[in-house]
Amino acid sequence: MPFVNWLKRHFVVIAGLLTLGYLLLPNVIVTVFSFNKPKGRFNYEWQQFSTDAWKDPCGVSDLCGSLSISLQIAVWATLGATALGTAIAFALVRYRFRARGAVNSLIFLPMAMPEVVMAASLLTLFLNLGAQLGFWTILIAHIMFCMSFVVVAVKARVMSMDPRLEQAAQDLYAGPFQTFVRVTLPIAAPGIAAGALLAFALSFDDFIITNFTAGSTVTFPMFVWGSAQRGTPVQINVIGTAMFLVAVLFVLTSMVIGNRRKKQKA
Amino acid sequence: MSTLTEAPPPLSPTAPEKKPPRKRGRFVPYWLLLPGILWLLVFFALPMIYQASTSVQTGSLEEGYKVTWHFATYWDALSEYWPQFLRSVAYAASATLLCLLLGYPLAYLIAFRAGRWRNLIMILVIAPFFTSFLIRTLAWKTILADGGPVVGALNTLHVLDVTSWLGWTSGDRVLATPLAVVCGLTYNFLPFMVLPLYSSLERIDGRLHEAAGDLYAKPSTVFRKVTFPLSMPGVVSGTLLTFIPAAGDYVNADLLGSTDTRMVGNVIQSQFLRILDYPTAAALSFILMAAILVMVTVYIRKSGTEDLV
Amino acid sequence: MTTVTTNKTDHGGDVRLSGISKTYGSFTAVHPLDLTVPHGSFFALLGASGCGKTTTLRMIAGLEEPSSGSVFLGDQEVTSLPPYKRPVNTVFQSYALFPHLDIFENVAFGLRRRGIKSVKKQVEEMLDLVQLGEQSRKKPHQLSGGQQQRVAVARALINTPRVLLLDEPLGALDLKLRRQMQLELKRIQTEVGITFIHVTHDQEEAMTMADTVAVMNAGRVEQLGSPTDLYENPHTTFVANFLGTSNLIEAEVDTKTGDDIVLKAGGGKLVLPEARCSAPTTTGGKVLVGVRPEKISLTHADDAGEIPEGRNRITGKIASGSFIGVSTQYVIDSAVCPEFEVYVQNVDRDTRLVPGADVVLHWSPAHTFGLDAAQSLLAGTPGSAGIQEEAAA
Repeated sequence: MPFVNWLKRHFVVIAGLLTLGYLLLPNVIVTVFSFNKPKGRFNYEWQQFSTDAWKDPCGVSDLCGSLSISLQIAVWATLGATALGTAIAFALVRYRFRARGAVNSLIFLPMAMPEVVMAASLLTLFLNLGAQLGFWTILIAHIMFCMSFVVVAVKARVMSMDPRLEQAAQDLYAGPFQTFVRVTLPIAAPGIAAGALLAFALSFDDFIITNFTAGSTVTFPMFVWGSAQRGTPVQINVIGTAMFLVAVLFVLTSMVIGNRRKKQKA
Repeated sequence: MSTLTEAPPPLSPTAPEKKPPRKRGRFVPYWLLLPGILWLLVFFALPMIYQASTSVQTGSLEEGYKVTWHFATYWDALSEYWPQFLRSVAYAASATLLCLLLGYPLAYLIAFRAGRWRNLIMILVIAPFFTSFLIRTLAWKTILADGGPVVGALNTLHVLDVTSWLGWTSGDRVLATPLAVVCGLTYNFLPFMVLPLYSSLERIDGRLHEAAGDLYAKPSTVFRKVTFPLSMPGVVSGTLLTFIPAAGDYVNADLLGSTDTRMVGNVIQSQFLRILDYPTAAALSFILMAAILVMVTVYIRKSGTEDLV
Repeated sequence: MTTVTTNKTDHGGDVRLSGISKTYGSFTAVHPLDLTVPHGSFFALLGASGCGKTTTLRMIAGLEEPSSGSVFLGDQEVTSLPPYKRPVNTVFQSYALFPHLDIFENVAFGLRRRGIKSVKKQVEEMLDLVQLGEQSRKKPHQLSGGQQQRVAVARALINTPRVLLLDEPLGALDLKLRRQMQLELKRIQTEVGITFIHVTHDQEEAMTMADTVAVMNAGRVEQLGSPTDLYENPHTTFVANFLGTSNLIEAEVDTKTGDDIVLKAGGGKLVLPEARCSAPTTTGGKVLVGVRPEKISLTHADDAGEIPEGRNRITGKIASGSFIGVSTQYVIDSAVCPEFEVYVQNVDRDTRLVPGADVVLHWSPAHTFGLDAAQSLLAGTPGSAGIQEEAAA
């Protein structure tokens, strides 16, 4: 009976942790199998421990090339989507204008649309225009679908901002441009950063839209997809694990720095 | 003072022109909107129109296509691929339901019970995003491998007998069955359920739980009458963020399923990229879009949360 | 409408509003208003929320464009100047300190925007004036409410504006700190000699700090004058009720004798000096007679004979009494007014003055004021339109 009571009281915690386990299990497998030395072409069964792949992460042809293409696209897509999305977010929060409802729908629809639909229709457009599929078509597509997410992130931040801050700046002799640069932008920065980070992650990891618009260009997710048909090199796991670790370390250090700063100030 | 001062006020020599300063900024919002909206119009809205037009064209790849208002393509597509459509909806709905059941306790845990572990758990929920989802999906091939520990355990517990009888699995395999696809979909979109749930749970004032308890509500009643209703915005946006991408997904069905688990996404993908039958592919994609928009609209209306963005 | 004329006539620095109004669609926030605030004075705009006082202030700051009329600073018309070109600074409600800048940079903001390079000395002096010299490198959120308030004042004052506008600057502080900051602001104003225009809904705050108070209601100035003037001789029921408490009695004009008007109220007679009546009086016409609760003396009915002649008197029964230390506040049930309030100083307490006792209320006719009977008796009391919010807060 005490056990049943304990179970009842901690049901949420147990269930939550089980879900967390479910979420993390594949990452554990990816990490473990990055030390595998598979017999065949596929890295699905455990054979023996080896650090070969970690010593030579670019040892598979095209893998690091695809990684570099993905990174380039992600950086440019982030810059483009953040610039365009931030401008839209500001217009939506700070100004009244006609066609507001239409603009809102146009922002919302790309997020409410299955990727495959957007991908297919973009491909139709590119085919009709006779565009050369490749780096640029991927970039165009990524900026398009990342923009809405930036708008949402920046909008939330700008909405929670006290309009009196900008009025105070104006009252203190800052013209519209100075007000924007000295007050609005610095305060909106966390929202813009969050939007940019999201855009980067979405672009870097996108497969479906890229698959339709890439032509013969191979991004990292496309390389993984192709390898799932032809044979999965262990190096894929190495890169997956490394990205996971870099992300966790990045967040942890920024949290530690943030905490330390808070303590210093207090 | 009862009359409006319509007449010009006494002007001093230094008085500036009568020109309200803020009127100059009237076009600012349009300039801000222009580049982004143009981008979305050209690369989101325009493609939809192209696609609509492609779906009613006839012809062939060699001779080119012409708009012939051939609506029969829609009928042919539906009559040939309705099982894939049904499967998509069924798989996506199951995955959404599973995500809600699994994700709610985790979101609740982070919001109310995690204490100083909150940030760490949040990181652990988000960090897997940074390992390409394709790599993580491939890991399920290992986890659910035939004769592996998971399948072995399910077999010993006779779970597989039940699921096979239901048609979710076949024999003592999990891979290449509907169960594996739903499991992969659930896994892939779970964070999209957890994060909105968390953000709406986190906004709930903890004192409301105490107040409900004080007013004679049992913990389960507190949940039913206070917590869950207040988390509805999160539930709605979480289910949408899960259902929509799951319904159009073809990665899980391809990597973890078999030819018997093909979803509409797989059909669109192969029609477009392999068979190159553009009208059929465009029609399928259009039907999928319309179906999802209708379902989403009805759902949003029913749940009464209009403000999602 | 009324215009202030104080003796300090240095028109070069006056703030002059000429027929300014503000309408939002069909709603009129401020009716056409003429107002002159003399240079160097501490001026308060007092009123309940939504009365148009903040809108008026924002039109002076340039943050709101008047629908009609003009704003003058001295001889210069500034109506169409954007806020960043006006020599006017504002202390915002809840301060609006820039969260990403430290205290020093917050205070230096205005100077830097005007292209002044060496700001260090000036900023440090200003921070010393508001006693925050030690805190200059902290961020706003690390300061207490009172400190943030002083930063907001310093940030505005350092620009030596022609006028300092204060929008409910003490609203976010607790009572004790508010009292302290009122004196502090008054001290700073005397020290720098800049015109202060202060918007508040707190009548005590307005009366403590300002030389001149304009009481606003529903987009109009109801009355304007020195705090004592407004309190002792209100011209409308709104002012009578909004500033302190007033007992208002409906009465009928009986006769006029010399400088006095004799009125009939509930069978008794009351005397009102004609100079203290803001309403037109004709024999047989109605007038509202007012008297402040602390002006009234309370005598037990048994001692009625001891009351000196020539005082206004009313009989009644004590309905309730509450002891609050300095005074006891009684509510008296009387034929002329159902809830007559009387504050009696606790000097010699009469033990017979308990609920149910018959009493005589009496006061000097010089403390009586007369108002137009066409107005609502309840205007400006808690619970009447426009006052609810403050009462709830």
